[in-house]
Amino acid sequence: MSDEPADTNERADVADSQREYSTYDQARWSQDGVYEPLLSEKDSTTVTIDASADGGDGEGEGEASGGPLPDDLTRDSLTLPGLAEPTVARHYVRLSEMNYGVESGPFPLGSCTMKYNPKFTEDLARRPSAAVHPDRSDRSVQGVLGVMHGLQDYLARIGGMADVTLQPPAGAAGEFTGIQIARAYHEANGEERTEVVVPESAHGTNFATAAMVGFDVVELPSDEDGRVDLDALRAAVGPDTAALMLTNPNTLGLFERDIEAVADIVHDAGGLLYYDGANLNALLGRARPGDMGFDVMHYNVHKTFATPHGGGGPGAGPVGVSEELVPYLPTPHVRKAPDQEGGDFELVEPAQTIGKVHGFQGNWPVCLKAYAYIARLGDPGLRDASAKAVLNANYLASQIDYEVPYGPFHHEFVASAGDADAADVAKRMLDYGVHPPTTKWPETVDEALMTEPTEIESKDSLDDLAAAFDAVAGEDEATVAAAPKRTAARRIDQVAAARSPRLSWHDLD
Amino acid sequence: MWDRPIGGGNSLSRMTRNTQGSPYAPHTDAETAAMLAAVGADSEAALFDIPEGVAFDDTFDIPARSERAVRREIGRTLDRTDDLTEFLGRGHYAHYVPSLVDDIARRQEFLTSYTQYQPEVAQGFLQALFEYQSILVELTGLDVANCSMYDAACALGEAATLSQRVRSVSGDRLLVPENLREGKRATLEQYARGPSLTVDTYPTEGGVADVDGLHERLDGDVAMVYAETPTVCGAIEEHLGAIGEAAADNDALYVLGSDPVALALLERPADVGADVVVGEADVIGVGTTYGMGLGLFVTREEYLRQVPGRLVGAAEDATDRRTYTLTLQTREQHIRKERATSNICTNQAWLALRAAVHAALLGPDGLVDLAEECVRLPRDLAARLTEIRGIRAPVHERHHFREFQAHTDQPAAAVAADLEAEGYAVHVVGEHRLQICVTDANAHAVDGFVAAMREVA
Repeated sequence: MSDEPADTNERADVADSQREYSTYDQARWSQDGVYEPLLSEKDSTTVTIDASADGGDGEGEGEASGGPLPDDLTRDSLTLPGLAEPTVARHYVRLSEMNYGVESGPFPLGSCTMKYNPKFTEDLARRPSAAVHPDRSDRSVQGVLGVMHGLQDYLARIGGMADVTLQPPAGAAGEFTGIQIARAYHEANGEERTEVVVPESAHGTNFATAAMVGFDVVELPSDEDGRVDLDALRAAVGPDTAALMLTNPNTLGLFERDIEAVADIVHDAGGLLYYDGANLNALLGRARPGDMGFDVMHYNVHKTFATPHGGGGPGAGPVGVSEELVPYLPTPHVRKAPDQEGGDFELVEPAQTIGKVHGFQGNWPVCLKAYAYIARLGDPGLRDASAKAVLNANYLASQIDYEVPYGPFHHEFVASAGDADAADVAKRMLDYGVHPPTTKWPETVDEALMTEPTEIESKDSLDDLAAAFDAVAGEDEATVAAAPKRTAARRIDQVAAARSPRLSWHDLD
Repeated sequence: MWDRPIGGGNSLSRMTRNTQGSPYAPHTDAETAAMLAAVGADSEAALFDIPEGVAFDDTFDIPARSERAVRREIGRTLDRTDDLTEFLGRGHYAHYVPSLVDDIARRQEFLTSYTQYQPEVAQGFLQALFEYQSILVELTGLDVANCSMYDAACALGEAATLSQRVRSVSGDRLLVPENLREGKRATLEQYARGPSLTVDTYPTEGGVADVDGLHERLDGDVAMVYAETPTVCGAIEEHLGAIGEAAADNDALYVLGSDPVALALLERPADVGADVVVGEADVIGVGTTYGMGLGLFVTREEYLRQVPGRLVGAAEDATDRRTYTLTLQTREQHIRKERATSNICTNQAWLALRAAVHAALLGPDGLVDLAEECVRLPRDLAARLTEIRGIRAPVHERHHFREFQAHTDQPAAAVAADLEAEGYAVHVVGEHRLQICVTDANAHAVDGFVAAMREVA
């Protein structure tokens, strides 16, 4: 440890507020003016690849002295760090100390549903009987197929869908699957529909997905209440409409009250209704996409069903469909075997399958964790999770000195940083030991702070979080702009980084 | 209720903690009441703005269970899977994963964190991903590795769409080997559908590319040529340079499929003209997962702005010290929407961390040793099997990596079924053909496997 940090545990630099905010100093390993050095700065070893002495046919006697392959099939050398296990262990433990997780403190990222990830689900996913190869015979992997079928069934009940595929490995992959299903459905009906309608406040993935599947994107403006504008929707849909992609509650946390009318308008035009499951944590046991008229949906199990985000995956994006779309599900699909000779469950190819969206069958260990979470909570737990998620968002919003222009919201709300820069506010919040909200999105709110505390925060930690919000609101511009100070790294210049990309240690001086 | 979290430890909280709802929502009844009062609501139900017509007033019929009960129940279900020793590969491979990998990866700072949109509190994960990218750059000799994709099949699909965004490439045909694994081909076709690309094949000869046959299929309409080493049947591809020249002569993108262990030993993609390297990086650090996958994606600097997925770059902080951040995000969906290079966002970051830790533990010596073992083990096993009456192995007169195909005089399906009864799993790839994979993970079982084969062949 060297000259850091100048900023100690004193509270003098932190503004007064009604409640005591928490203080926080993230670990900051540093050596000779560099934070934790790279593996490559700790060691660099070059190994020369030996060719086989006998030309590599494996028949000669000289193999022991050389490598197993002839020279023309091998590279010349390989240069990588070569470190002992204790050194490697210490490196990664130090890195972990410079990383904030859900168990570090509140993590109220809007639209991300950062729940506590129960430990027992990790233990289940590590069972040797779960670690099997995807090419095993159906008969010999009845345990895997049984859990997969169980999750398909639970998710179908929770979403009000006829059947579910677990193959999509993430939410965006779920969207890709669902919109491919919509495309296949229209094609099977002899219709060439070229457009997908997406509300302006939707997740960026919705737009990108529609384009990837080959559709033109029609952006739908919101009404002044922050919901779908029915007149605009009527004007937007027509014989070219393949689907409307909708998040409900939407990204402002608002329930689309006119959902039945929305469904009628889209269906009357011959389009399908796609449900983006990012915000399903608001509705468990209160409303189901299938009952609202949605034909196809994805679930984000790494949001709603508490599987860990892992710093950017693996998650899983199962897709549920109505009865009419079941034949289009990806292949293979798990079902109960009609004759149970080869076991209770089997893999089959749906009659009009869209094909595959993953080389094998998606993120099985993640699905296993999601199944365990749902089984643990059951009906009362799932219903209560949504109730407490909505209560927590409402309570937190009521405790902060920021305007929340749209309501009534559910599991998340979008506050406005007003005259302040939302990104600066977020950086300053880091100094109070909380993770900030999602910033500057959706654009319908100026300097948006999109906040989703989830059900796992207690009243006490919400009060902490509110104190952090308010402490920043009371601070002068210079302090906020200079933040963060207490984190492992100080404010990072992302613009400069993008201007001259250095993407590996080979690119460093 | 003994196994529910009861929090604070005083008798009041024990009585009133949220025992009827989610075990992970910490509210006491008193706190819930105070919070409802603060927001001016009579009940939790009053907070929901859901029209009656779509309100759900039924149950899912899913009972709540204790943690112990769920563990027992799912454990019992999982144990219905047969305990077989797997000699399986074809795109999903097992190598021994050292205990440290699991220990590091399970630290909550890594496991529970989000995508690194606030880099100042996420330096640890960002640096690990930067190191992962660097390892792939070293292994391939190319310039730019992204920090993960879903799996090899999806990475191949993304490479195909990349071929459409690259100015030097025109055409709408994608050429892949005729023996490409079916799941990979079907996934590629899914990605090809949107941009209206056609997946076409070129012939193979003896388990590797038939270069003359490839030339016959190539013309100016080809946007991408895909080859793999090792190939799907385990052969080390001998014509990587010639395939690259053929692709370049036709202005097609040359995409090469491989994995980090194979790349430690086999020809460097940069030396054979590869434009993009895709593949499965979960061969290290992850183990057998029913095919979960960790797609790798590495390319030339000239395609940098067209790369799908996340990139971690070096940056400076306010003290001018080197830090790391997600970068070039204007390629991505949350900024660029329908003009993004892909819709991909959350994918397999935690597995990339695991692969990086395993690679760091192996070091260059360990990686090369492991790769050489992947050549020797199948060579030795094939030599032993071919001595058994009724078996001829390997089918292809090539150097192999991890796996090889074997001819069976008996119908292969019957041999495989008999092997399964003996406790071993292999691939059936033809009427009289098996595929057999052997690595450090199952090498200890080779004697038993050979004995079983002698019984059933």
